Amino acid sequence: MIRISKRNSISFGKSALIRGIAILLSLIATAIVILAIVGLNPIDVYVSMAKGTFGDPFNLFGKRFQYFLRDMMILTCIAIGLAPAFKMRFWNVGAEGQMLVGAIGAMFFMRNFAGKMPDVLLFVCMIAAALLLGGIWGLIPGFFKAKWNTNETLFTLMMNYIAIRFTAFCVAKWENPFGSNTVGIVNSDTKTGWIGNLLSKGYNGDYLWTVLIVLALCTAMWAYLRYSKQGYEIAVVGDSENTARYAGIRVNRVYMRTMAISGAVCGFAGFLAVSAVSHTISISTAGGRGFTAIIVAWLAKMNPFVMLLISALLTFLSKGAIQIATDFQLNEYASEIISGIVLFFILGSEFFINYKLKLRGSHKEG
Amino acid sequence: METVDNIKIPDAANNPETGSEYAIELRHITKRFGSVVANNDITLSLRKGEILSLLGENGSGKTTLMNMLGGIYYPDEGEILVDGKPVSIRSPKDSFHQGIGMIHQHFKLVDVFTAAENIVLGLEGDKGKLDRASIRKAVAEIADRYGFEIDPDQKVYEMSVSQKQTVEIVKVLYRGADVLILDEPTAVLTPQETDKLFSVMRNMRADGKAIIIITHKLHEVLAVSDRVAVLRKGRYIGCVDTAEATQQSLTDMMVGRSVSLNIDRPKNPDLKDRIRIEHLTVKDKEGVKKLDDVTFTAMGGEILGIAGVAGSGQKELLESIAGLQKMEPGTEIHYIAPDGTDKLLNGMDPLDIINSGVLLSFVPEDRFGMGLVGSMNIIDNIKLRTYRIGKSPFTDRKVPTSLAEKIVSDLEVVTPDINRTPLRRLSGGNVQKVLVGREIASNPTVLMTAYAVRGLDINTSYTIYNLLTEQKMKGVAVIYVGEDLDVLLELCDRILVLCGGQVSGIVDASATTKEEIGLMMTQFRREDAQ
Repeated sequence: MIRISKRNSISFGKSALIRGIAILLSLIATAIVILAIVGLNPIDVYVSMAKGTFGDPFNLFGKRFQYFLRDMMILTCIAIGLAPAFKMRFWNVGAEGQMLVGAIGAMFFMRNFAGKMPDVLLFVCMIAAALLLGGIWGLIPGFFKAKWNTNETLFTLMMNYIAIRFTAFCVAKWENPFGSNTVGIVNSDTKTGWIGNLLSKGYNGDYLWTVLIVLALCTAMWAYLRYSKQGYEIAVVGDSENTARYAGIRVNRVYMRTMAISGAVCGFAGFLAVSAVSHTISISTAGGRGFTAIIVAWLAKMNPFVMLLISALLTFLSKGAIQIATDFQLNEYASEIISGIVLFFILGSEFFINYKLKLRGSHKEG
Repeated sequence: METVDNIKIPDAANNPETGSEYAIELRHITKRFGSVVANNDITLSLRKGEILSLLGENGSGKTTLMNMLGGIYYPDEGEILVDGKPVSIRSPKDSFHQGIGMIHQHFKLVDVFTAAENIVLGLEGDKGKLDRASIRKAVAEIADRYGFEIDPDQKVYEMSVSQKQTVEIVKVLYRGADVLILDEPTAVLTPQETDKLFSVMRNMRADGKAIIIITHKLHEVLAVSDRVAVLRKGRYIGCVDTAEATQQSLTDMMVGRSVSLNIDRPKNPDLKDRIRIEHLTVKDKEGVKKLDDVTFTAMGGEILGIAGVAGSGQKELLESIAGLQKMEPGTEIHYIAPDGTDKLLNGMDPLDIINSGVLLSFVPEDRFGMGLVGSMNIIDNIKLRTYRIGKSPFTDRKVPTSLAEKIVSDLEVVTPDINRTPLRRLSGGNVQKVLVGREIASNPTVLMTAYAVRGLDINTSYTIYNLLTEQKMKGVAVIYVGEDLDVLLELCDRILVLCGGQVSGIVDASATTKEEIGLMMTQFRREDAQ
């Protein structure tokens, strides 16, 4: 008989080993599935998958890898936004909407004030608008939770749909050219309000600005959650509201403050999506990343640096899925099965990190 | 045994009385949790028709050992014999089939069911029918035989704690248990209820049942048991006949060295009014009064004991002072600072109280529900009181770290790592030490404790009593909500007795008796309160 018991602690090496085994097993399982379903050589499929991230031929300075970095960093940015809320056990599933309204805020200034104010001021306004709108979008469910103890999961989820319709409204209002039902590339001639390249001239060549900004944000959030007084309050509220009250923490204020911060960071991801990536806006600007980021934040156990790794993995998988689909004329669903299997094994390995199995009757420690 | 025979119980209950002399024998039982050895080679036997007390400090492995009889854990090594036959108890169901009935500290009853319904819950009746009349008859018979007072048709939610306990005991008897294990059954009872329980236990013993009782209260051990088995740090220390034991000898066995069992009660000559409460009334969500017009003064330099049956308003009283309760209009809570300034605390939340310079410490009864953060380590829990200090947006770690180290060494907290192990992983006693240590360390002028020694072993309990007395001598107003009347009588200067949310009297602890307080706990006597 197998007995399951919780581990008291696990060494870093051991947990890395378990994760490594999980990835290896997932590759084997995927190979079997690939063979069984589509009859392709699994090695070819894996190589193709890697091309999605590293380009063909592999090139760490190529466009492909930079797109990978860009997408991974924006995903991380959203997950960073979710971290304080999740740490407070406030299930913010509204990152999608908070990102969209942030994007609207940035686009509003980019579109209407380009050339009418100095570029630096324009960037300040775009960022401020993204933070403010995202923050408000997060604050609303926080306020309702604090005031009337509403269910935050449903509330934040519903706010997404409002944000999506609101975006659709703005797209219709800012339509260009008329009748296209898109906003088009904004300021495509002057590039005003676009985040440029750091190492090379022009735009969208290297994404180092995005990388640097998100890395800085990552460090800041890590320090905020780990060392700041507010971060400590968040953790206390998350574990026990009554203990927080007992210690003189005003729980309602912490709810509202934290959700405003959470929403603002997600809104900032919207700014990045507009200013550094697409230079346009549509209802798919967030594109489901607000939900993917939930997985990222969870798997990383709210640690911003681990989020980088998880985002990298998820982005790698999704880029790989697209690449496999084009290379082998498969539909994307087939390649998503592969991503799903890999993810399953990685999530499953968490169980073995937290628990150990022991065979009944044996006296050895598992 | 007609009662039991009409329910299908295999093996155990049908054993002829002529079996082994022992109801239970444990041989060389070892149980490990990871690297911790909870039970180390324990050999212990329980005779038929005896009451055995199992005694030991916190973490000595009493509950673990009993849980192996109850089918909750399975021993790593050793064997268990029931009535002379080796058995394997892999689940609570196995345990029950062996005729072992365990009564846990926390009752496992369905609130909306009647006593009778709870008693038969989970049993296979005849042809799926619920024959209420015969159940009632069987329950009444058990009650008569052992002297229980039970109404089979009363709903559990209408019952007092003692009545619920009765239902639990009748439940296992109804199922044909020959061995009863009671885990700290008296912790929630008044002295009168305890006496009643003991007389029931003696009746069961006379009927040939074997009983194991776990309790921390030595006078109860001496009063009720035939033999006492002592565990220390997972090892079996020995077994003595109760007739030959004294409180002191048992304590020495438990602790492993000689411990003084006297609580000093020095008088602090310098008494000052510190907290004056007038007309405190608190209603719960349903509008039921939890506290009704409570008026009293707690003085700096004394320990004011609060006695009462569990749920008489103790929690609400302390939380009102701490700013955590909504109070009805008309209530006034005055805080008189050592320099004589009078502040009104009602209407303030805990942060207001802190900011107004009132140094209030509070050890609440439900540690993880309030007071501590289970997922955090010791240092971060110590921080709860100090993190706000200073203008920096970041928390200071130095002060709480050194304080945590001091508490761990002064109070002998057992923890793998003060920096990494979450508090929830520590044993209950160690958790309580951290909480009490932190609250005393913040140099309060008012120190409120609710069941400060609950779950603590004798040695640590006395350490805590001494700390409280030390605080009193420093001029702190100590409010001590307790359940052990012997301790209340020895430790406190005055005792306020609550009964159903009302003050049924304030008595001088050195001039009253346990019986008097026990009576005041159960019946409200307004004329005495005046």
